[in-house]
Amino acid sequence: MAEKFDAIVVGAGPSGNAAAYTLAKSGLKVLQIERGEYPGSKNVQGAILYSDALERIIPDFREDAPLERHIVEQQMWILDDESYVGSTYRSAEFNKPPYNRYTIIRAQFDKWFSKKVQDAGALLICETTVSNLLLDKNRVIGIQTDREGGAIYADIVILADGVNSLLAKKAGFHPELNAGDVALAVKEIHFLPQNLVEERFNIDDEEGVVIEMVGKITQGMMGTGFLYTNKESVTIGVGCMLSDFKQQKTTPYMLLEQMKAHPAIKPLLAGSEMKEYTAHLIPEGGYKAIPKIFGDGWMMVGDAAMFVNAVHREGSNLAMTSGRLAAETVIELAKQGREMTEANLSLYREKLDDSFILKDLKKYKDLPGILHKNPQFFTTYPELVNRAAHSMLTVDGIDKKTKELEIRRSFLKKRSLFGLIGDAFKMWRAFE
Amino acid sequence: MHIVVCIKQVPDSAQIRVHPVTNTIMRQGVPAIVNPYDLYSLEEALRLKDRYGGRVTVLSMGPPQAETALRKAISFGADEAILVTDRAFAGSDTLATSYALASAIRQIEKDIPVDLVFAGKQTIDGDTAQVGPGIAKRLDMRLLTYISKIRELDALHGTITVERRAEGGVQVLKTKLPCLVTVLEGTNEMRFATMNNMFRAARYPLKVWNKESAGIEDLTKIGLKGSPTIVSKVFAPSPKAVKAEIIDTESNQPKDLVVTLLAKLFTKKPDLAHDIAKNAP
Repeated sequence: MAEKFDAIVVGAGPSGNAAAYTLAKSGLKVLQIERGEYPGSKNVQGAILYSDALERIIPDFREDAPLERHIVEQQMWILDDESYVGSTYRSAEFNKPPYNRYTIIRAQFDKWFSKKVQDAGALLICETTVSNLLLDKNRVIGIQTDREGGAIYADIVILADGVNSLLAKKAGFHPELNAGDVALAVKEIHFLPQNLVEERFNIDDEEGVVIEMVGKITQGMMGTGFLYTNKESVTIGVGCMLSDFKQQKTTPYMLLEQMKAHPAIKPLLAGSEMKEYTAHLIPEGGYKAIPKIFGDGWMMVGDAAMFVNAVHREGSNLAMTSGRLAAETVIELAKQGREMTEANLSLYREKLDDSFILKDLKKYKDLPGILHKNPQFFTTYPELVNRAAHSMLTVDGIDKKTKELEIRRSFLKKRSLFGLIGDAFKMWRAFE
Repeated sequence: MHIVVCIKQVPDSAQIRVHPVTNTIMRQGVPAIVNPYDLYSLEEALRLKDRYGGRVTVLSMGPPQAETALRKAISFGADEAILVTDRAFAGSDTLATSYALASAIRQIEKDIPVDLVFAGKQTIDGDTAQVGPGIAKRLDMRLLTYISKIRELDALHGTITVERRAEGGVQVLKTKLPCLVTVLEGTNEMRFATMNNMFRAARYPLKVWNKESAGIEDLTKIGLKGSPTIVSKVFAPSPKAVKAEIIDTESNQPKDLVVTLLAKLFTKKPDLAHDIAKNAP
């Protein structure tokens, strides 16, 4: 006899864990299926943890979660081939608990989160792939796994199976992913003794630094690079739109190799040993790329629903929050004895509309398109800004007025006055 | 037929790193797996159960997290799983471990007599291949190591016929039960767990035994006290600075290649040239 649950959550990443935890806490009978060997074995993220989203699910998470360092300093680098212009924000405020952001190592963090989910009462089954959704007409009534006797039934199935949700595609809920809507990111974790991490980045025990990078490192493709400090390691990575990789015929690892060789980055990694190499697709299509996210008997959360704010590099917090909101929707409906029909599940959409998730994604809805159509933001401008800085900082007997004129001329040579004004206007509109 | 399978949870040696500064093994973040050699034994035991009926009890000694390994065994179809865990076992070498496991098997036997014990050929972390034979000796069981096939199990006469890989060939051995078997890698392929067994494993109320319930009689024979083995030093071998030499030939013809190679070889080892010349017909 096949088992029946109140809810099945497919996937044990941040969104799936948030959903399963919230559902199980409320006393519902929850099954969570993960295809990896253990939760976290297949999950990849930068990884920065934003406290707020997790705090709303597990308020006292700081007590035992494996956190690496809290962020006290954020740098932004605009890189040319041999140089960078950067800004830094560092504040003693960031050293006052409760801390807002942490670096984490996902393999460890996910294991911790999953333990919480299981302690809350959800049944976790790993190494099992959900191959199909079980349908009764158009209504999802359960899942079919790849194991013998693999049909399992539930009132609601929450798809938290990540970017490129094969289930949604198979069930016909989603079309094939558009290469222009996903970024391909690669990252490496480099082991570096703790004292070296702290010396190189001018931080104390527990303090961490984030460096965001744009410019020549992405070779004209739409994307960014990043570098984070962990306790005993440094995470470095770069990501660009998948369609750009395809067009430029560049490979992500080549991009990362070149980035690591940049004269500003190389010394930060000197003497380190690579511990981990991972790659991941990131749904960066923004608001316009969000697919259908609920229907009769199913809901979709996290990356699967394209909930990533590429502008602010936020993803896991949207994942956790959407997982929690989906679970709360189920709990509310179950309490009222209402069925998990598409009409009733529109409550999930209302909750999302009310949250920062859809508010933020709506705000930047035009940005991905603009950046994609205007590669000058990733090539011409970084180069010009770097040259301008170089010119002003080189004392060579040329007066500053002449230098300013020279800089202005170099800008106009690369981009017409209309082009410059137009670009400024585009950015202003996109961020408005 | 009651079969006990001894398994061990080990760090995935493919993912272990040596700390570049302290030279110690970095276990942090290294996933724990069931010792791969044990899986061949477990699968062989499960196949015997499929063929002849009976039950399979899985036994492991280790820290509480070894629970994962035992649950995995349940998911493949084992009937029962027992974790022997106690701080008193910490620091056990193969002598102490085989003593503890043998005691636990005697406890298991109090419920249902044991006909067969399976153990892994060796572990991938210790690589000693001593625990299986150690258990057999203590339980006064016949020992069959490096078994590549179980031909027949005769429950009526209490005998087992196996194939054992030996130097230069295969031995066919027949012996009386109860006996202890260690299975060679590649003998079989672990089955894919059914959904029902996955559920059973996730919900299985694991039996956890401490030193008392495992029936340990002599406390000086377990843990650090019962372990005469001393690890005097652990180190990572330093890479040798030997560079390969690329030898160029003019024509790239096989014959020229051989001549060049031999010339090179004989200049390095003049004795060799002498020996060959002497022994030439």
